[in-house]
Amino acid sequence: MFAYIVRRLLYAIPILIGVNLLTFTLFFVVNSPDDMAASQLGDKYVTPEAIENWKQKNGYDKPLFLNPDVAGLARLTDTIFFDKSVRLFAFDFGRSESGRDITTDVASRMWPSLAVALPTFLVGIGVNICVALMVVMFHGTRLDRGAVFLFVALMSISYLFYIIGGQFLVAKTWRLVPISGFHAEGQVWKFLILPVLVGVVAGIGAGARWYRTLFLEEANQDYVRTARAKGCSELTILFRHILPNALIPILTGVVVLIPSLFMGSLLIESFFGIPGLGSYMLDAINSQDFAIVRSMVFIGSILYILGLLLTDISYTWADPRVRLS
Amino acid sequence: MKPVVLWSDALIYLLVIALAFFFYRLRKDPQTRERWAEVFSSRLGMVAFTVIAAYIMVALLDSLHFRRALENPEGVAVEEVFYDNKVTSVFDLLTGGMGERFERTYSAPFALISFEKENLKDAAGKDIRDYPPLRHAGQHLADPSQRGADVLGKTFTALFWGLLLSALLIGPQWLLLRRSRYPWHASWLTQGSIICSGVWMVSLSRYYHILGTDLGGTDVLYQSLKGIRTGVLLGTLATLIMLPIAVTLGVMAGYFKGWVDDVVQYLYTTLSSIPGILLIAASVLLFQVYIDLNPDFFAVGMEKADAKFIALCFILGVTSWSTLCRLIRAETLKISQLGYVQAAHAFGVSHTRILARHVLPNVVHIILITFVLEFSALVLAEAVLSYIGVGVDPSMGSWGNMINGARSELSREPAVWWTLTGAFFFMFALVLAANLFSDLVRDAFDPRTSLRRVEA
Repeated sequence: MFAYIVRRLLYAIPILIGVNLLTFTLFFVVNSPDDMAASQLGDKYVTPEAIENWKQKNGYDKPLFLNPDVAGLARLTDTIFFDKSVRLFAFDFGRSESGRDITTDVASRMWPSLAVALPTFLVGIGVNICVALMVVMFHGTRLDRGAVFLFVALMSISYLFYIIGGQFLVAKTWRLVPISGFHAEGQVWKFLILPVLVGVVAGIGAGARWYRTLFLEEANQDYVRTARAKGCSELTILFRHILPNALIPILTGVVVLIPSLFMGSLLIESFFGIPGLGSYMLDAINSQDFAIVRSMVFIGSILYILGLLLTDISYTWADPRVRLS
Repeated sequence: MKPVVLWSDALIYLLVIALAFFFYRLRKDPQTRERWAEVFSSRLGMVAFTVIAAYIMVALLDSLHFRRALENPEGVAVEEVFYDNKVTSVFDLLTGGMGERFERTYSAPFALISFEKENLKDAAGKDIRDYPPLRHAGQHLADPSQRGADVLGKTFTALFWGLLLSALLIGPQWLLLRRSRYPWHASWLTQGSIICSGVWMVSLSRYYHILGTDLGGTDVLYQSLKGIRTGVLLGTLATLIMLPIAVTLGVMAGYFKGWVDDVVQYLYTTLSSIPGILLIAASVLLFQVYIDLNPDFFAVGMEKADAKFIALCFILGVTSWSTLCRLIRAETLKISQLGYVQAAHAFGVSHTRILARHVLPNVVHIILITFVLEFSALVLAEAVLSYIGVGVDPSMGSWGNMINGARSELSREPAVWWTLTGAFFFMFALVLAANLFSDLVRDAFDPRTSLRRVEA
């Protein structure tokens, strides 16, 4: 088990190098530092001196991969690639284009993101599974068909409308909670209820429909027929037989998402004014701060790979037949 | 009149022709025919297909662009013809100039007066502050109180013409297909209601703004209709850029195995480990920088918007192939173990031939299901991307841009709800139809589900 985890972590290294090379190509080769300086300085006709100044200030005045002017190992390390990409492996994200330290920003913004994303995730799974189980109980009836149609209809509504509609109804018309904002001390829950609610409701369509398919796939297995034949009640079949067996496909889809919860949700955070990583990314995109985007891409990839690893480990826990080697 | 062919116009027409050809070829295969028959033998499938077809029709009409010839100013006689800088489409003509009737700012649906007060002079010449009348709404009414009766009357006239037009269009279909075993009546009913509401919209928009106007005074209904082309084009173009990459790599990985498989797996794991939205945003921003630094590259503003749009489709396609690739790889792995592929090997059939004759036809169902599913996902994604600011150009009408511009309108007092309603309705209808259709296609083509049905 331990050896397996170590090997998987080693597999992650080439992938992270690939991610790094890809972002590096996107940011520095396709788009040269000169272009970036010109667009950051915001003027079409900037002087070459201004560009040089900007590049020097932000550390873009070195060669891309190989520095022929210095000797020894510094040939490789005194380059943009080393400075901007390799350092990410040591979690040294450097400074953003506006001069703030990215590492501290990320560390402090992670928690508000998690405060919204984790409840949304947990409540969402609970609600979706309950709804799906209820629908499965009525499988084959008109209620089932109606519910599936409703799920598809819910899926067809853009996420933006859920947020706008939720803010309009709950916060503006009924005045139950504040429209947006976030205060770390005191009544945080007041600001969290609506984003979590919107996130859960928006996920019901796709989620419940997916769980329903999983449950139905299990419901067609032989062991369910046997259970029915020996006289188990439908409720026992559902909770004692189908649910535990459907856990494996559920884990595949769900566990991989857990580490990414730290990243938060772009839309929810920006609409509700939550100072998390989601709105951090959005601000970075809007102000074209590529240093932040680069760091967030790196963090996102690490969390995704971590999610894949967790998925594999959770199999052994859910399904005794699976052994990792 | 001078025709203008934008890149996206040419691509969408090419695409539709290619698709038509593809389906024509598929007809020959009895198994495929049977499965399509299953999709179309449900009423829901017919209705969903008709709605999607109507959307595609509008998108195609809206992709025939031209520039109007300007009339010579009076008293000046020149041989040369000058063309309008604005690009119009055939669809614009069909809407009867719905997009050319601007107001000053917001106005509610069917309103006669503006939404905001302005400084006006009353009959006596005194300055007052009141709601000014709209320029293009209810001009023919002598008295504002007649509005209700007028709308009702015009609705009946429109309904009459709509039914007449429907009868003309559906009549021949009825003669041809009345003995068909498919539920065509469901499709005809949908066609009829789409035609009637179309006629109603065009004829009433001459006298009123059916869905009101937005902040800039543009007709909301017109904007929603213009969003159709963007949505449909984005959904199809991006998917069709993705398909060849995903299919080629997936089939190769599953068939050749070994290092090819390793490389392809590495590629898609790397790509899917990057948060999708960041990758898309970064790529779009980089293209944006490129356009900003090379402004002389594009002659008309529309061409620039079009280049941005195609780049967006391209980026969406290139970043989203990993899921399909994974599915196709797994399926190919399974297929290449089967007896007939082994037999073909033993007979010395070449790799290309085995791939083309034995492997590809057996993964077509995955491609089909993904195509329809991905289409609706992309339409939804467009709205999110436009909200983030990396979507289609603001000059190009799209539902995402409408929502983005109207996101704070509900918090006004009184709320401006019509822009969001317009975007919501048109987007919802398309995505719902596509989702329902994809469900039916999956039920018919997915071997797992059809197997289960045989057992039952």
